[in-house]
Amino acid sequence: MPALSRDEVEQLALLARLRLDDDEVERMREDLGAILAHMDALAAVDTAGVEPMTHAVPMDLRPRADEVEPSLPQAVALRGAPDVADGAFQVPHIIDKAGR
Amino acid sequence: MADDPEIVWASAAAQARAVRAGEVTARALVDAYLARIAAHDGAIGAYLHVDADGARARADELDAARDRGEPLGPLAGVPVALKDVLVTAGLPTTASSKILAGWIPPYDGTAVARLKAAGAIVLGKTSCDEFAMGSANEHAAAGPVKNPWDVTRVPGGSSGGSAAATAAALCGASLGTDTGGSIRQPAAFCGVVGLKPTYGRVSRYGVIAYASSLDQVGPITRTVEDAALITEVIAGLDPRDATSIDAPAPALTRALGERVRGLRVGLPAEYFAGELDPEVRAAVDGAVELLRDAGAETVELSLPHTRYAMPAYYVIAPAEASSNLARYDGVRFGARAGGRGAGLLEMYRATRAAGFGAEAKRRIMLGTFALRSGYYDAYYKKAQQVRTLIARDFAEAFARCDVIASPVAPGPAWPIGAMASPVDEYLADVFTLACNLAGLPGMSVPCGFTRAGLPLGVQLIGKALDEATLIRAGRAIERGAAPALAERRPRP
Repeated sequence: MPALSRDEVEQLALLARLRLDDDEVERMREDLGAILAHMDALAAVDTAGVEPMTHAVPMDLRPRADEVEPSLPQAVALRGAPDVADGAFQVPHIIDKAGR
Repeated sequence: MADDPEIVWASAAAQARAVRAGEVTARALVDAYLARIAAHDGAIGAYLHVDADGARARADELDAARDRGEPLGPLAGVPVALKDVLVTAGLPTTASSKILAGWIPPYDGTAVARLKAAGAIVLGKTSCDEFAMGSANEHAAAGPVKNPWDVTRVPGGSSGGSAAATAAALCGASLGTDTGGSIRQPAAFCGVVGLKPTYGRVSRYGVIAYASSLDQVGPITRTVEDAALITEVIAGLDPRDATSIDAPAPALTRALGERVRGLRVGLPAEYFAGELDPEVRAAVDGAVELLRDAGAETVELSLPHTRYAMPAYYVIAPAEASSNLARYDGVRFGARAGGRGAGLLEMYRATRAAGFGAEAKRRIMLGTFALRSGYYDAYYKKAQQVRTLIARDFAEAFARCDVIASPVAPGPAWPIGAMASPVDEYLADVFTLACNLAGLPGMSVPCGFTRAGLPLGVQLIGKALDEATLIRAGRAIERGAAPALAERRPRP
């Protein structure tokens, strides 16, 4: 794995919904490069025909009876939210005034 | 402190017995610990939040119940500390992150609820690495926790606050979580017992997720008996966690009395090679010798994929973390940064930039990289295939032995600030990661001290669902090591 560029780090930060300042971008570029150099050891392992292990225990999903159970009251669910309006979570605008 | 009642250093099991017998009140125990926290936690920083009023009120209820002749639970009156990734109704829960500052959960996680139902009293929430990501408790919003044996050193991580509080008798026992060693390594660094149960043994409902296929809740305690008792209480099927295992509750306290004669103890060559601190080596050899003295046999074996555990773990765990931590977006809970004017995407980015610390950001970025289209097969899928090979290594080893013994970490607790880079810190996890990748139970048991007086532990790894053998072997080591370790207490 060649070292990451600053542009690649900034692209990753966008995908990860982070914002990094200039110093952070550079430090992240160096740190990720050093870490990924260790990850590259994995490439040497012969994994032909080996099933990927997604979980440590066999996952047989258990259905439950379809019965109504109590859930969090709306007021309690909203109590930890930073911005609330009319019984709902409020977020900044998603569509601009022109409808885009 | 000369004024402290001796019972604050006793085991949780002994404390519960004393409360049930009426030899001490739950209130007296709680008050003794609150006094110790006030006197000593300034130097250690184990607690993020102490619920003095709640703990006193609960203690009074328990004492009143006892006076009325009502039956009390197996942990009656035991004051416990909870790692701050465990969700607690009405008590602030931050996972040591600024992004959850001020959040008060509306419910208790299952392990917490079961502990309370057994009579334990919650003293407070303990510091940890942010979202349980770290090996030294240095990645915590409130700053590092100090090791009670030497306050210039780290307590280990990520459950450093729980381990430090247990070692310094600032609680009767505690809960931690372990994703890649976060119970076992701080337990070893602080000279206490830490048990990571089999993946799925304890419900993860109400545990703030780091890496969901690896996370597991477990006890950090002063004795092996306490680890057995608390695991029995918190283990078991939970309809709220689809990964919790439907198996009979483990009879761990019964295993305490079972001898180790004939037990086959595997010694994996890969865990005793390379840059192992000679004092660690000597202490682990000593613990193995204690098992032999008690009638166990040793078996030399190999876990050939051990060296790939670090790269596999640091692909899989950050990948899962990057997904799990996507929920901290400033909408439903926690802090929000940025005004309304800039739009949703900018609010997300500002909130997460301000709320997450450096290590959390690093792992989110690493995980995002590993899951990115075009790299998924080379990193994430490859790491999961290697995970299969690591699990197979253990399966082959357990055909020849009943339990594996190894060091917990390559050295003792290091000085605060000593890790030069993230990679150095990741490499220090080398002996604990494979256990999580394979989903096996693992335990750290105190087995000695360095010449400088720092505690050392031995790691025991068992077959899936065979915590009982860990308890059995751990108790034998504890019994054998007692003459050398007894009466040594940290003096923060």
